[in-house]
Amino acid sequence: MNEAVTACAPLTAQNYKSGYKPIWCPGCGDYSVLSSITKALAALQLRPENVAVVSGIGCSSRIPAYTACYGFHGVHGRSLAAATGLKVARPDLTVLVASGDGDGYSIGGNHFLHACRRNVDLTYIVMDNHVYGMTKGQPSPTTEPDWDSKLSPGGTGVRSFHPLVLALAAGANFVARAFSGDPNGTADILAQAIRHPGFSFVEILSPCVTFRPEQKGWKEQVHPTPLEPTDDPGRAARRVMTDDGLNIGVLYTGDRTPYPLGPRGARGSIENMEAEFAL
Amino acid sequence: MKTNPRNDAQPHAGSMPPDREAAASISIALAGSGGSGVMTAGNLLLDAAAKAGLYGLMVRTSGPQIRGGEAAALLRLARTQTESLDDGFDLLLAIDWQNINRFADEIPMRASGLLVGDSDEGEPPPVFLAGGARFVSLPLKKMAKAISGSWTNMVALGVSGALAGIPAEALEQALRASWKRTDAALQANLRALHAGIDAAAAIDGMPHICAGAAPSEKRWLLSGNEAAGFGALRGGVRFVAAYPITPATEMLEWMAPALTKVGGTLLQAEDELASINMIIGASFGGVPSLTATAGPGLALMTEGIGLAVSAEVPVVIVDVMRGGPSTGIPAKSEQSDLSFAVSGLHGDAPRLVLAPTSIADCAGTTQWAVMLAEALQAPAIVLSDQFMGQSRAIIDRPADPGFAANRLIAEADTPDFKRYRNTESGVSPMAIPGTPGIVYTADGLEKSEAGVPSSQARDHYTQLDKRERKLVLYDYGDRWADIEGEGDIAVITFGSVTDVAREALARLAEQGTKARLIALRLLAPALPDRLAQALDGVKRVLVVEQNHSAQLFRYLRAMHDLPGKPASFHRPGPLPMRPGELARAILEWRQR
Repeated sequence: MNEAVTACAPLTAQNYKSGYKPIWCPGCGDYSVLSSITKALAALQLRPENVAVVSGIGCSSRIPAYTACYGFHGVHGRSLAAATGLKVARPDLTVLVASGDGDGYSIGGNHFLHACRRNVDLTYIVMDNHVYGMTKGQPSPTTEPDWDSKLSPGGTGVRSFHPLVLALAAGANFVARAFSGDPNGTADILAQAIRHPGFSFVEILSPCVTFRPEQKGWKEQVHPTPLEPTDDPGRAARRVMTDDGLNIGVLYTGDRTPYPLGPRGARGSIENMEAEFAL
Repeated sequence: MKTNPRNDAQPHAGSMPPDREAAASISIALAGSGGSGVMTAGNLLLDAAAKAGLYGLMVRTSGPQIRGGEAAALLRLARTQTESLDDGFDLLLAIDWQNINRFADEIPMRASGLLVGDSDEGEPPPVFLAGGARFVSLPLKKMAKAISGSWTNMVALGVSGALAGIPAEALEQALRASWKRTDAALQANLRALHAGIDAAAAIDGMPHICAGAAPSEKRWLLSGNEAAGFGALRGGVRFVAAYPITPATEMLEWMAPALTKVGGTLLQAEDELASINMIIGASFGGVPSLTATAGPGLALMTEGIGLAVSAEVPVVIVDVMRGGPSTGIPAKSEQSDLSFAVSGLHGDAPRLVLAPTSIADCAGTTQWAVMLAEALQAPAIVLSDQFMGQSRAIIDRPADPGFAANRLIAEADTPDFKRYRNTESGVSPMAIPGTPGIVYTADGLEKSEAGVPSSQARDHYTQLDKRERKLVLYDYGDRWADIEGEGDIAVITFGSVTDVAREALARLAEQGTKARLIALRLLAPALPDRLAQALDGVKRVLVVEQNHSAQLFRYLRAMHDLPGKPASFHRPGPLPMRPGELARAILEWRQR
């Protein structure tokens, strides 16, 4: 066969879907995020088998099995750790990490900081809906302090935190905010994030229509960021700390060298190692 | 040790043996406060013994301080291979006596023993002399001061080496080989070494050990932590993620540069939750992976190990056991993580648990663990311990058992591929990312054979059976235990206590008491048929271990039909078990 015959037709978003019917509530923002991921992969024309989607536990963490990529649905909060091991051991793969505000910012919060700091070439997609949905409506680290719930009646009284600023402070190499209600815009941001070397963090506002129905209003409230992305993390942090939390776009792009920094490849042998023990 | 290096289970009285070559082993403690360099001197003494053709073991002990504080190097030099400390010490050389009382239990002096201390440091604490040991003072510090640029610990090396009977040439060779500073400083310290050797000539009454045959090229000098790291690499491990923890860190520090030489990577994780999940991720990617830790880290890893069971991802976890629970006694040995290792996961979670029986076996068993984990797509926990992990020993070069990672990999575009297919062996081909046509999602949720999450009873039963069956049906060969000796009684043990038991039984054999020794290398899954065969003809069993709650005894009682009325000899760390102590316990038990 000649090359012209074997050349594959371009992959479409549909080629990245597994065919399993997602188990999400009707109207959940995560449907659109799944769609954006498949569109971004199609835009980049990555072979599905060369992409791994790693997740933890939560509604958003169901995404891997809905893609036609290799999936890893691990334990709660540890998706970044599993993805880091996978990418460092298999740098040839494209590794996406799917998480939510509970999985990623609460139980997995320490890994988030260190993943930003380590700067492994991963794309970290956090679907933030300010609530634990899978366990039926408890406050997360991004939930407003006065949000009433059965577990925290009258609200937690604890301020929510700012994941984008944390990411900037910890050294993430690409920081963006997206909105699930704009799947094409989100796909474009994700494609940029995947292409960008090092640790790319994309926070996607993804409404939980079941436990946070007021988030349906995000569609009218979000707006494109008025400024071009900066390469100054201090400036980026100031912007996101003073904005309304609803401006969408790439906010920061850095040029840190991704981990691992050193050269790879075998330069020795097991036999040589034995020599150091020998008398 | 294979033969009995010292016949007396009890410290013997009297002065120097008439035959100066009578001692088959000699025990030396070098002690001093922080910065006195006793560890360096101890390591050099062991190096010199190796060059002189002897075998030996050096155990490090220190107070809780990271730097400073009291420290002691505990050596046993022998004409045959040993990994057990003896019952008493022939020589305690202390550069000072500050806080040395903390070692009173760790350095029991023989009645014939000798204490050497600095003339300016006064008398040793009475506890070291109470058993009859003699005290000799030498101006150690002044001797070093008289030689510009030399160190007191090199004088101490000369004194202790010469008293032990190590040839001066071997001591010199060891010093030269380790030297990394200026030649002038080397010359000064060689003079200090000889000043020590000369001073020792005036001291008699110390048993000597004669030098062995010419050093064999087939001997190694290494720690169990290094051996475990080496075995892991030889088995095919190419990714390590770990968090620093005493007493496992040296294994990781050895592996970090070694891995880069074979194209692998070591990643320092932010915590043990990360390290276990990192190695699961790497192994999901097809790369044999390992972490090393101690009890507190193992506790944090348990959720991840359960994930490796469920998702059937091979990983190796080396637990260098230390005193527990909680932070416990970080730099002291104890075999108290056994119960946790064999049963400490939630759910029904079959896993492999192995334990090396010696420093040399840290290499072979870790290598075996890599092979088993990969072959069975399951987590393997290797229970090393601080005693063998951090001690250095001169050993016969262990043969390469030849075990290598060999995972059952699915081929691209396999028709009707099901990742968790219910095969006869229980092992199902694994798809590796990058392979087209067989993508799947690894999951900690219960799943169907195709890997789709399922809460159906039949899927749960099928997968539980599959995960158990693959471990139970596997043929582990003869490596599951070391079985030595004959007799109608048997001692069952594991880990670093093995060589202590071996020596205790050798002493008893000389007195006519015969017993079988069974050192378990494979702790989980339990192999009731194999152990029953090994106990054929045995009427009574004594289970020996170093922990407070008889964990091996309870585990064996639960999993096996042991003959007669099984008994237990167990005691916790931090003090190492001694052959005389165990020999007495075996005799008492036998007479019961």
